[in-house]
Amino acid sequence: MRYAEVGYNLEIDLATGNIERVETDPKMMELHLGGLGTSVKLHWDRVPPETKPFDDENLLIFSSGLFNATPAFSANRTVVTFVSPQSELLAYPMMGGFWSAELKHAGYDKVLLRNKSPKWVYIWINNDKVEIRDASHLVGRGALETQDLIRAELKQPNAQVAAIGLAGENRVFTASIEQSRSSASRLGGGAVMGDKKIKAIAVRGTKDINLYDGAEFMRLMGEVSDYITYRNTHPIPDVMTILSGIGSPQEMVHTDEQWHTENFMWGNARTRRRGFWTDQINESWSTTQTDSIKRLISCYNCPQHCGALINYPNVPRYMMKCFSKLTYAMAAYVDNLDFGFKIGHLAAEYGVDGFSTPQILAFGVELYENGILTDKDFAGCPKDNEGRFFWLLERVAKREGIGDVLANGTYWAAKEIGNGAEEFAHNNIKKHEQLPLKLGMLDPLYFLMYSTNEKISITQIEGNWPQAAFPEMDQRQRFVEDWPQVPNDNFKEYLLNWEPRGEKAIPYYPTPDIASEIVDWMEMLHNIDDALCICAGMGSFCLKPPYHIHNYPKLIAAATGLEMDEDILKKTVNRSRNLHRAFNNLRGMRRADEKPPEDHWKRRFPELEEELLTTYYQYKGWNYDGVPTRERLHELGLDYVAEELSKRGVLKDGQD
Amino acid sequence: MAKTKKIKRIKIDADRCNGCRGCEIACSAYHSEPRFSSINPAKSRIQVITHRLRNIWLPVFAGEYAPAECMGRDVYTIDGTEYDECAFCRAACPSRDLFKDPDSGLPLKCDMCEGEDEPWCVKWCLNDVLTFEEVEVPVEDDEPEALGEVELGLEALANKHGLNKVMETLARMQVAKKA
Repeated sequence: MRYAEVGYNLEIDLATGNIERVETDPKMMELHLGGLGTSVKLHWDRVPPETKPFDDENLLIFSSGLFNATPAFSANRTVVTFVSPQSELLAYPMMGGFWSAELKHAGYDKVLLRNKSPKWVYIWINNDKVEIRDASHLVGRGALETQDLIRAELKQPNAQVAAIGLAGENRVFTASIEQSRSSASRLGGGAVMGDKKIKAIAVRGTKDINLYDGAEFMRLMGEVSDYITYRNTHPIPDVMTILSGIGSPQEMVHTDEQWHTENFMWGNARTRRRGFWTDQINESWSTTQTDSIKRLISCYNCPQHCGALINYPNVPRYMMKCFSKLTYAMAAYVDNLDFGFKIGHLAAEYGVDGFSTPQILAFGVELYENGILTDKDFAGCPKDNEGRFFWLLERVAKREGIGDVLANGTYWAAKEIGNGAEEFAHNNIKKHEQLPLKLGMLDPLYFLMYSTNEKISITQIEGNWPQAAFPEMDQRQRFVEDWPQVPNDNFKEYLLNWEPRGEKAIPYYPTPDIASEIVDWMEMLHNIDDALCICAGMGSFCLKPPYHIHNYPKLIAAATGLEMDEDILKKTVNRSRNLHRAFNNLRGMRRADEKPPEDHWKRRFPELEEELLTTYYQYKGWNYDGVPTRERLHELGLDYVAEELSKRGVLKDGQD
Repeated sequence: MAKTKKIKRIKIDADRCNGCRGCEIACSAYHSEPRFSSINPAKSRIQVITHRLRNIWLPVFAGEYAPAECMGRDVYTIDGTEYDECAFCRAACPSRDLFKDPDSGLPLKCDMCEGEDEPWCVKWCLNDVLTFEEVEVPVEDDEPEALGEVELGLEALANKHGLNKVMETLARMQVAKKA
């Protein structure tokens, strides 16, 4: 009997319509756990570095994780993997919602989609019965309305549906995959799904998922449950509200947006508006938010309230999460929150990433204002900030006119437009738009996180370490005295020593060695979450989370029966993490690509940055170029990877 | 003095429900054999009736088995939200799949996790949607005893196949087991 995982994948060839239920090797769980870990392995095995994002061979995998459908709170992520049309590297956006548990109850850990369908289809998975169904009547429909249309058509109110909107159909590079109150948004999964002509995947399952030692698992979850209740009633003092709790940022709960609106940049990641958050704005924005939210909602088996059902006048209902309420308003320089709730619906139905897309629109506006794009490009565009964004969003989703160019994201659009447009695509790492943050002093931790993680998105790398030093020693002491999540007590010392100013402050403290330890710890937690498909909001992406390196091994052992401790777990996720890096190395990713935007910090320290990167690479077991060394790969049981890297000239004799 | 009995009751504050369905998970885990060995919300004796965009998140517990469909149906509108017919009904009945074991088709009924301090759905809900309480209520002398889980299953089988067929089958099974 298989525990925690199902032990079967669903493999669909869209060109031939062949559908297979394929038993997986139990050894894979031991080597890579599940979720992102086992998906990376499948991409490594099957997708050669020559494969382009819109080639038939670009595998699109929808994966559950090891803990989906178990009683583990907040195990609700679905990880979608593919070679991204934007970065041309292996991307792994994740969505919450309800889909992955349903997939496991239907009897599958993953859905693998290869080749392309000749006509628009949706896939209906109902336990053992799997159909590829005609979707011609759904073409042009919104990503949200498609979900309900399919449920009604199938007469399956409990089916969970992941769908694309117009943006995905038109292969917009920031097209998302929408599902319930969540979406897999980053790096164009919706575009790859659209390229394969899959409008949606609907799933319903009624089978058992087994636990190896269920009683022990529930006992351990009882401890997690108690801690969740404790943290929900004991927010962390001395940090801003948005960082004080657990779960994804509780953006639908909190109305105080002084921090985001005054510290994040407006427009095309350009302008910091200090003093924006006046009493008047506070009152108006708080009222808009409170009036617009019908109900606070969560994903599967999660006690938090990170999302909301939005009920704004004259806008069809939809669901919102995180701080997408702000991203369009701030990018468009619109000072009312109503705009955020209005355009949010359209963006969800079109199915676009709420982080990249507003920046792409602001980039277009900036090019127009600077004469690089012309009146001809903007013919018919309203003059007001709100109208202009609605107009541009529609052009992008439909790939009409200038929208067809902008739909490729700022990096590729700038290349195509030329005439100095590259200077305006200023907020990218590895061709992907970053959070609109521009700060003063280089931060060594953030420098490493931004530069090196395969996610290419800071929100999926940071988390357990405070964002800034506490000014007072008593605040630091209060923080560390109740911090069981750290791997060892050295981390408490690092925090106690960390000052806001002076010698023990950024950029020189944490030192490159200490910074490497801290960043490695945070990245490891994200890798564990992503293999189990636990929401990062309850593990790696918040201060003092319910899940951590000390309770995860026990939970995994109880769920699966695997022999597991902290060292084994660390090695296991490092194996998948290095495999992921090697996959991207084969596609050309090197040290030169690992740099934050030039203007991310005003004060840069080129020598220190080089030292940080070199030290971190050594800590990780990577060579000067950022490629895992033979020795490191051997340690992790990845000799076959070293062999391939050598064969293709990525690892050269005598250089590592 | 009037005779009384203890009633176990779960109060549902549906307005607090965030729709996570953790109650379904906990219920199915508790009722698996051996206990907590497997999870299957389709076997849960509490189901969160959901229509997200219509703002419907309604936890409903499995009640008595009904061998026949109702003659009439109800559609409720509460606070501007229209609920589907049968949304509030607790019965496992022939008109729908709700509260039936997906493998055997046998009806499921909430037993309040007999023997536990409180039902597991209540324990698992961290948003206080579900509150467990025990209250004394007066009882009629001739009130029939509620059916247990085995009786419930047998009654459902008898209704479907006829009592004679069920008895014959049981007798055959007994003989086969002895042999």
